[in-house]
Amino acid sequence: MYSRAYKLAISLPPLAWVTLFLLAPYALMFMHSFWTVQDNQIVHTWSLNNYAKLVASPVYVQVLLRSMWIAARVTLFALLLGYPLAYFLSFHAGPRKELLYQLVIVPLWVSYLVRGYAWKTILGGDGVLNGLLQFLHITQHPVEFLLYSPFAVVLTLTHIYTPFTFLPIYASLEHIPRNLVEASQDLGASPRATFWRVILPLSVPGLLAGATFAFVLTLGDFLAPILVGGPGGTMISNIVQTLFGAAYQWPLGSAIAVCILVLVLGLLFATERVERKWTFS
Amino acid sequence: MKTYAKPPAKEWDHDASTTARAGADPLLEVRHVAKRFGGREVLRDISLDVASGEFLTILGESGSGKTTLLRLIAGFEQPSNGEIWMSGERLDTQPPYRRRVNTVFQSYALFPHLTVAENVAYGMRVQGVPRAEIPPRVAEALAMVKMSASAETPPARLSGGMQQRVALARALVNRPKLLLLDEPLSALDANLRRQMQTELKALQREIGITFLFVTHDQDEAMALSDRIALLRAGALEQIASPREIYNSPTSAYTAQFIGQTNLLTAQVSGGTARAGCLLWPCAAPEGPATFSLRPEHIRLVDGASGGNPASCRFRAKLENQTFCGSTDMLEIVSPDGQHLRVRVPSRGILEDEVDLEFSAKDCVRLRDAGSS
Amino acid sequence: MSAAAPQPRTKAGGLGIYAAAVFAFLYFPIVVLVIYSFNGAGVGGFPPRNLTLEWYRILFSDRAIWDAVLNSVIVALAAVMIALSLGLPAALALDRVSFPGKALFRRLVLLPLILPGIITGLSLLMFVRYTGQKLSLLTVILGHGTALISVATTELFAGLQKMDRAQEEASLDLGANYWQTFWRVTLPNLSLPLAAAGLLIFTLSMDEIAVTFFLIGRDNTLPLEIWGRLRRGMTPEINAISTLIFIFSVALILFWYHLRTRGQSSAEPLLAAEPESFQGKLR
Repeated sequence: MYSRAYKLAISLPPLAWVTLFLLAPYALMFMHSFWTVQDNQIVHTWSLNNYAKLVASPVYVQVLLRSMWIAARVTLFALLLGYPLAYFLSFHAGPRKELLYQLVIVPLWVSYLVRGYAWKTILGGDGVLNGLLQFLHITQHPVEFLLYSPFAVVLTLTHIYTPFTFLPIYASLEHIPRNLVEASQDLGASPRATFWRVILPLSVPGLLAGATFAFVLTLGDFLAPILVGGPGGTMISNIVQTLFGAAYQWPLGSAIAVCILVLVLGLLFATERVERKWTFS
Repeated sequence: MKTYAKPPAKEWDHDASTTARAGADPLLEVRHVAKRFGGREVLRDISLDVASGEFLTILGESGSGKTTLLRLIAGFEQPSNGEIWMSGERLDTQPPYRRRVNTVFQSYALFPHLTVAENVAYGMRVQGVPRAEIPPRVAEALAMVKMSASAETPPARLSGGMQQRVALARALVNRPKLLLLDEPLSALDANLRRQMQTELKALQREIGITFLFVTHDQDEAMALSDRIALLRAGALEQIASPREIYNSPTSAYTAQFIGQTNLLTAQVSGGTARAGCLLWPCAAPEGPATFSLRPEHIRLVDGASGGNPASCRFRAKLENQTFCGSTDMLEIVSPDGQHLRVRVPSRGILEDEVDLEFSAKDCVRLRDAGSS
Repeated sequence: MSAAAPQPRTKAGGLGIYAAAVFAFLYFPIVVLVIYSFNGAGVGGFPPRNLTLEWYRILFSDRAIWDAVLNSVIVALAAVMIALSLGLPAALALDRVSFPGKALFRRLVLLPLILPGIITGLSLLMFVRYTGQKLSLLTVILGHGTALISVATTELFAGLQKMDRAQEEASLDLGANYWQTFWRVTLPNLSLPLAAAGLLIFTLSMDEIAVTFFLIGRDNTLPLEIWGRLRRGMTPEINAISTLIFIFSVALILFWYHLRTRGQSSAEPLLAAEPESFQGKLR
């Protein structure tokens, strides 16, 4: 029913903008990953040298694996915190549901930086937690391992991404028709059996979406490691950032970025397929 | 009163409610229109004319393509084949906003961000009707549908019936040549629905605008229309006046869709039709034929013999008797096992065996054996 | 785990305690942050001592911070303009036009929403450098605007899906052409989703740091100003500004929530309040 001119008018501007300012930059990054640096100049000769360097150097692989390990832990903790919370809100919160829901939303909107900074002041050598420990005479000297460690990164990122994980889980739980739960009970399933056999399977799409959020966002994070990570908490994106900043190693940095991109897109593709399999309507 | 077994279209029943406004040239001509969505054929070779001032109903089951036909005429869809003409001008190549056709939508589609009066004024505003002219016409249109009191109300506050009236006023105020109504009464409850039917019919007669009305409700179609076009699976099954389509259905589908009927599978030979043990005089060509016999055309009589030669009298077993208020519906089985339905004026409980009769003229020969 | 039907509260008691603990975890850092913004003895230690408003006084006379706030507001407003004016046609196109590569286009538009900010930021950095431009607030605006088209598109697309298509048909039917229909029917119908999306984009832009990090020139946005100070040493002045950001964010959420739930049926007020962009249905 829409005329050709109308269709062109709504399609062309976003198409052009996105092509110029999104597709072209991504493509440029992709191209850079095949170029090389000679005498601090980027040379447009195509090669796989950057990727070869990545595979050959144990440092990059090691940091990538560590980043994935951190991301996996953050995902696990975010699910362990987010799922029961979502389940409680959706099925047991009663009339306070709406208020509690908004209480989860609020931290989501609080600036990333503010939350990261808050943990820094809590975990530091002269931070709130150490102050408390000494105040209670549990320790005599500041506990230094709290800040600037992988632990601090995992804790901070779990705190930041739990609400992100919560949202899709909560949405999928809310979409479960309540009469299914009643039917399950009617057929003799205990509450526990109902949860494992009805509620959990039907919330798999939300669970996966939440897990993907936490994993992908953690994997690409470079701010929390700087803020609370210290040398042991360095992640793969920090290497990319360093290569782009001080060292002026765009091609190598691009190659790592492309690796992250492929990893992320592969993960999205995989979860999408699984999600579709677990979506029944 | 009317011709029998006539060719389709162009002429229709003048006896009931049609005014003499109908001109010689049709207002709307649909010529060989087909519509496909992807590979699915929704409409197949539809041709029909609508005369000026006529109330034509497009009747069909859901999925028969009736709404699609309406949307083709309104301009929301393009035909895959064929042409649509209005007053001698090609219509189907025009965008919807250049067609002098207005629609009353099934969901009413009133603009929630505008008041009732602003909704009604919308068409005139966008078409640049002089500002001074708009308020009186809005007032007139709202008065016509008895909604003047709600002019400044947002439509969401109105009941379904009131929204219906506003939708009607919003369409009619533009003085369209043709008004399309897409199941406009389907969302209303039964009582309100009957009331709106009466008002709609009166309104159409009063203003003389051509109405093209879509519904799946055969009673509604019968009550309102000058002619009914029955659609079946995207094809035009029959188009005729309500009386004719009821009394002279051309197909088993029509006979069964519009009212109830008994289908008799008969053999015609030597001026007599024979369906099992039932015999009646018949002028149809020799060979097998299917006849439609309405339940109310079978009468209860006293005694199995007698009657005039142009009728068929028989004795049958009564299987079931259902009380329907003013009438009783009987389910009977003839001696050779044919199940028939009979509608008779209400009476007490009947015997197990009944004597029945029908006239040969009430057996309508159908074009095909039908499927359903 | 117990089931949905009304049951004695004790059955869900353990779960309720767990949920309360999660809430405590989510709010603990924020509470600490706010309390220590009044702490005369610095950002750490326990218990807080010498409660004072001094840090707020310092904050309010800190030119650099307020310059950064102004920059952030400029960037956010511009990003809202860009994202909405491109996200709206993009949502319309996804809703009603079929063109080759549409699925690809959809994924591309939504990519910045799920990709780590560093990738989008670095790509744009290379692009800007490659085209010989200088880094400035303008490049930050470009980055925010482009990345947040994804949010605008998802939110407005959801709004379009809820809109009754017959509304536009009725308008065309009554003689309004496509342009008139867009201004008089489509846009007013989308006014709430537009306002809600705008608010969401504004807030996200105000907080954005990963993309900004690579595109920033000499003028800092607020998050980058704070970031810079964190590296130089922390004072409760940062707690104070963080507290203000927190209050400001909460005010915006409440307003946004109000917009999203207005005119919604009470049947599902909770889901109505959820940003479509965060539902995990980005792909």
